[in-house]
Amino acid sequence: MEHKLKTQEILRFITCGSVDDGKSTLIGRLLLDSKAVMADQWQSIETTSQRRGMEQVDLSLLTDGLQAEREQGITIDVAYRYFSTPKRRFIIADTPGHAQYTRNMVTGASTADLAILLLDVQKGVVEQTRRHAHIVRLLGIRRVVVAVNKMDLVNYREEDFFRVKVAFENFAASLAFREVDILPMSAVNGDGVVHRGERMDWYQGPTLMEILEQTPLDEVALEAGFRYPIQNVNRLPALAGEERRGAMGRVESGTVAVGDEVVVLPAGRTSRIASIETWEGSLEQARSGQSVTLTLEDQIDFTRGDMIAGAACPPRLEKTFEALLCWFSSMPYDATRRFLIQHTTRSTPMKVEKILERLDILTSTTELNPQGVVMNDLVRMAIRVQQPLAFDPYEANRASGSFIVIDAVTHDTVAAGMIC
Amino acid sequence: MTVIRPSVSQSWDHLDRLESESIHILREVVAQSAKPVLLFSGGKDSMVVLHLARKAFHPHHLPFPLMHVDTGHNFPEVIDFRDRIVAQYGVDLVVRSVEDSIRQGRARVRSAQDSRNALQAITLVDAIHELGFDACMGGARRDEEKARAKERIFSFRDEFGGWDPKNQRPELWDLYNARVHPGENMRVFPISNWTELDVWEYICQEKLELPSLYFAHSRAVVARGLQWVPITELTPAREGETVEQRSVRFRTVGDMTCTCPVLSEAQSVQEILRETETSELTERGATRQDDQTSEASMELRKRQGYF
Repeated sequence: MEHKLKTQEILRFITCGSVDDGKSTLIGRLLLDSKAVMADQWQSIETTSQRRGMEQVDLSLLTDGLQAEREQGITIDVAYRYFSTPKRRFIIADTPGHAQYTRNMVTGASTADLAILLLDVQKGVVEQTRRHAHIVRLLGIRRVVVAVNKMDLVNYREEDFFRVKVAFENFAASLAFREVDILPMSAVNGDGVVHRGERMDWYQGPTLMEILEQTPLDEVALEAGFRYPIQNVNRLPALAGEERRGAMGRVESGTVAVGDEVVVLPAGRTSRIASIETWEGSLEQARSGQSVTLTLEDQIDFTRGDMIAGAACPPRLEKTFEALLCWFSSMPYDATRRFLIQHTTRSTPMKVEKILERLDILTSTTELNPQGVVMNDLVRMAIRVQQPLAFDPYEANRASGSFIVIDAVTHDTVAAGMIC
Repeated sequence: MTVIRPSVSQSWDHLDRLESESIHILREVVAQSAKPVLLFSGGKDSMVVLHLARKAFHPHHLPFPLMHVDTGHNFPEVIDFRDRIVAQYGVDLVVRSVEDSIRQGRARVRSAQDSRNALQAITLVDAIHELGFDACMGGARRDEEKARAKERIFSFRDEFGGWDPKNQRPELWDLYNARVHPGENMRVFPISNWTELDVWEYICQEKLELPSLYFAHSRAVVARGLQWVPITELTPAREGETVEQRSVRFRTVGDMTCTCPVLSEAQSVQEILRETETSELTERGATRQDDQTSEASMELRKRQGYF
C-alpha cells in the first residue's frame, strides 16, 4: 500500500502565562490529548510525579526543561515544541512568564501566528496579562486566544468565567486585535482544551484545539508587496552566450513571476525577472517563504544585502528612521559603543540619534527623553545608519520591518527593533 | 498592489515551508561564516541536511566540506554508506577519529567497550580548532530531546566548545547573527524545526538513499528495559539475558555501544512512515542508552561541547 504524503499547514503559536496559571499543564494537556506523548515520556513523568509524592501525574513535567529550571522550578528560556493532529502541524514557542523575561517573550512572539494568553479564572486580568497582551500586539500578532484556566477551582461556574471575559474585553478594546477568542477551560482535567468535557454545558463556543486547527493562517506576508533580500550571488551557466548572475534568496513577502517589473535597491535600477531557478528546474512564479534563485533581464550589479522588490510597490529607502526597540543585553545602552544593525540580509553601522521615549506597557504611558536604556526596556529611538535600508513599517511587513542590533566589539545581539 | 495568484499558494505545504527555511539558513551560514563545515555521519538527519545543502547551492558544488567524527564504534554499514555517498556526490570529507584522541591521551576511557558518544565532543572541539572552522552545521532537531528544545538555530559556543543555556543569543524572526571571535564557533541546525515524521516524509518525497540499518533486518538482540540491545563484539549479552534473533530496524544510527534498534518489519520508507506515525516511543527513548542515564544527560554533554 502506497503511503500517501499528507499536505499540511504549519501554525506557529506562543503561550504566554506563568507556571501559576497552569501554562506547563496546559501544554502538557494539549500534547497528551492530541496523542503526542510517547510511552517513554509518560513513564518518565509518572516516575517523577510518584517520587515527588503527587497523587496525579503532573502534566507540567512534560515540558520541564533544563537542570537549573528543574532545580528552581522556573522556565529560563524559550523552548520550541512540536506536535500535529490530522488537520495541522503545530510549533509552540513556550516562553517564561515572569516580568524579567520580556525579552524571551519578544523572541517567541517574533515568529508566531497566534498567541494564547493564559489566565487564572480566580485572579482574572492581572498585571502580567496586560504586559503579555501589549507585547503580543507590538510584535504584530493579530490573533489571540484568551484561555481562562482553572475553571475546576470555581466549580465551572459560568458567572466566574463571564466576569473575567468582560474584564479582558474592556481592557483589550484599545489594542485592536483582529480576532480575540475567550474560552473557559481546565487544563488539569482536560475540559475545553482538546475535548469539550461535560462540565460546562453553558459554553457553546469552540475548544482551544478547534481554534488552533481552524484559525486561518495569517497570509499578510503573501498579500504584501514583493520583497526579496539577496543572500548570496552566484554565476549560472551562460544562456545564448550571455553570462548570467543569480540572486540567491527567499521571497520574504508577496509573489513574483517571470516578466514582473522589479527594482534593485539601494541602486534603484529597474529590470524584469528573467527566470526563477531551483534545483527542480525553472519556475514560472514563486510565493512568500520560498527559497529560489532569481535572474534579471538586464545586467545590473547586485550583491548580498541588496533587495529586489516589486517596482509598482517599492519599500521605503532611508538612512534615518524611527523604531521601537526591546533592549536585550544585561549591559545598559552606552552611546560610546559601536553598534551594527542587521536588517534583512544587510549589515551596516548604526547610531542612535535620540532616545525618544520609553514605553510603560503596564500603564500604557510613555516617558519622554528617558536617561538610559536597560535590559527589557521598550524604547522608541531615532536611528541613523551608514548604508540606506530598504524597509516597510513593521505593522505592514514583519520581514522588511524588523532588525536586530549587534555590538560591534562583543558580537552579541543586544536589541531587537521594529521600524515605525 | 500585487495580485495574489491562487495557484501559487495552493501547492505550498509543510515540507515546502520547512525545506525553504532550511535552505535560507544554509545560505546564511555561507554568507556569514569564513569557514563552515557540515557534520555528516551517514545517518538520516545528516543525509537530509546534505540534500538540502545541495539544493541550496545548486548548480554549484557545496561551498564547504563535510566532516565525520568517527567514534570507531560505528556500524560498518554506515561507514560504507558514508563513503559511497561522498564519492557519488563528489563532496569533500574530513574524518577525525575518537581513536586518535584516545591514543593521544586527549580522551580517556575505562574500557574498550565504553560508549564513546560523549568523547566525540573532545575530538570535535579539537578538530574545529585544528581546521579553523567557525561554523559547524548538523542535523540535530528540537523535537529530539528537551535540552535540544531550547537550542537556537545558530547556537554560540565559546572557545571550549561549551554551550551556556542561560546565556544564548536572542534569535528573532529569521535574523541570524553568526559573528564569532577567533577560537569561538557557531553550531548551526538547519532542520531544527523538523520532526522525525517530517524527516521520513521528506526522505520519501525526495527518494533519498539511507544505510541498510534503517530497514528491517534480522539481528541478535536482548531485551533490556524498554529497549532491544544489539549484540555485537562491543556489546555482549549480560549474564542471565537471552539472546534472540529478531527482525529489527534502527531509528537512529549512532555509536554501536549505545544505539538500539526497534522491532520492525518495515522494509521500505513507506512502511517506516506508517510505523513512525503510530509509534508509541520517542526516537531517543526507544534507541539511545546514553540519554537514559540521567534526566540531564544531553544537556550535560552539550555544555561540554557535544553537538
